[in-house]
Amino acid sequence: MSLLHRGRWITLLGLALLAGVYVRALAFTPVERLQGPAQKIYYLHVPAAIWAETAMVLVGLGSIFYLFLKDRRLDRFAAASAEVGTVFAAIVLTTGPIWGKPIWGTWWTWDARLTSTLLLFFLYIGYLLLRGAVRDPALGARYAAVLGICGMCLVPFIHLSVYLFRTLHPQPIILKPSAPSLPGSMLATWLFSLGVFTLLYVGFVTQRYALSLLWEERNGA
Amino acid sequence: MAELLRQAWAVARKDLLLEFRTRTAIVSAVVFTALVLTVFNFGRDPTAVSALDLAPTILWVTFTFAAMLALNRAFQLELENQALEGLLVSPLSRTSLYWGKLLANLAFVAVVESVGLPLFVLFFNVPVGRVLLPLVAVIALATLGFVAVGTLFSALVIRTRFAELLLVVLLLPFLVPPLIGAVQVTARLLGDRPLSEAVGYLKLLAAYDIVFVSLASFLFRFTVDE
Repeated sequence: MSLLHRGRWITLLGLALLAGVYVRALAFTPVERLQGPAQKIYYLHVPAAIWAETAMVLVGLGSIFYLFLKDRRLDRFAAASAEVGTVFAAIVLTTGPIWGKPIWGTWWTWDARLTSTLLLFFLYIGYLLLRGAVRDPALGARYAAVLGICGMCLVPFIHLSVYLFRTLHPQPIILKPSAPSLPGSMLATWLFSLGVFTLLYVGFVTQRYALSLLWEERNGA
Repeated sequence: MAELLRQAWAVARKDLLLEFRTRTAIVSAVVFTALVLTVFNFGRDPTAVSALDLAPTILWVTFTFAAMLALNRAFQLELENQALEGLLVSPLSRTSLYWGKLLANLAFVAVVESVGLPLFVLFFNVPVGRVLLPLVAVIALATLGFVAVGTLFSALVIRTRFAELLLVVLLLPFLVPPLIGAVQVTARLLGDRPLSEAVGYLKLLAAYDIVFVSLASFLFRFTVDE
């Protein structure tokens, strides 16, 4: 089975399980007392956010190793991870306002978390634009790697700078130093969703990687 | 180290001499700064928003926009007559080439800022006399950070299409942390708040400078080598 097909199957499995996440979240997970049904979006929003940020870190790591090892596979991986990260950041930026309107009463506010996700999204867009703007593929890969490393280092600064502001956003309830303060059934749904998003990330990246491989073969690069 | 600095100084001196002899870029940048400050004056309602509340925003938006003009110039001028190839074959280390460009850019931006600050005080009637020294220190701290990243990126984009536009798009997300820090510290300085309130932001600015100056010095070689 070719890499492209493997990626397709992983993605299809991920999408099927995503439907399962919806079913479990809507039918088999209790409704949150204060937020009501709006809270259901949490099971998509947070896993997508985690992968949007992890993808940037992986872009950075891929870039560092690419600059030292000059292995094309690492560059292809970084490019694929950036594209998938862009999509996940877009998911975060769309699900957030949908939740924000009923709960906060506004689609958008210049809150710390929102701002940092928006900047992450812009960072991804810039990265993809730079890749598209260089004609020589080897040069483009090197430039993109430099930007990828800078981007990875920027993420903690964006976090720090916006965290110094007061925030409206709910504080982390799972990824925090003390034990998760989420009822067992909700936690199970969330972990299930995180697993599905991991699968989707792997599926999308594998497909994108295989496509750029095919593109390179076709263009004799 | 001494050799590194000597080479960097040679590059910076060349750039500054070039600039001093033509003076087109620096004059345009200064005029641009004055124009942005003028436009800001019409963009607010002086009866509703006091100048002091808007002052940090005006100051920093003006400085960052003016700095971006300067950054575009740094490597663009090396494209003519393949001057960049000349620099690369000369016995210069890549790090000193970067430092030289960084120094020249910093000097350029410093000139623009030193004209912009008095104009800002004049136009918006913001008293800065009491806090002038800390204010200049904050401006220096924030400027170093974003000019360091900008110098690296301007080398990154010169061989791309739409270089000027791409530089701005790539650089703006990187401007946000120093901008947030600088605006917050400036607001506290102008509002006569104790500096201890802004320690977090000052640490952020310092950390940003250290991380990005070292990172850019290291990564620069990958942007110019063939």
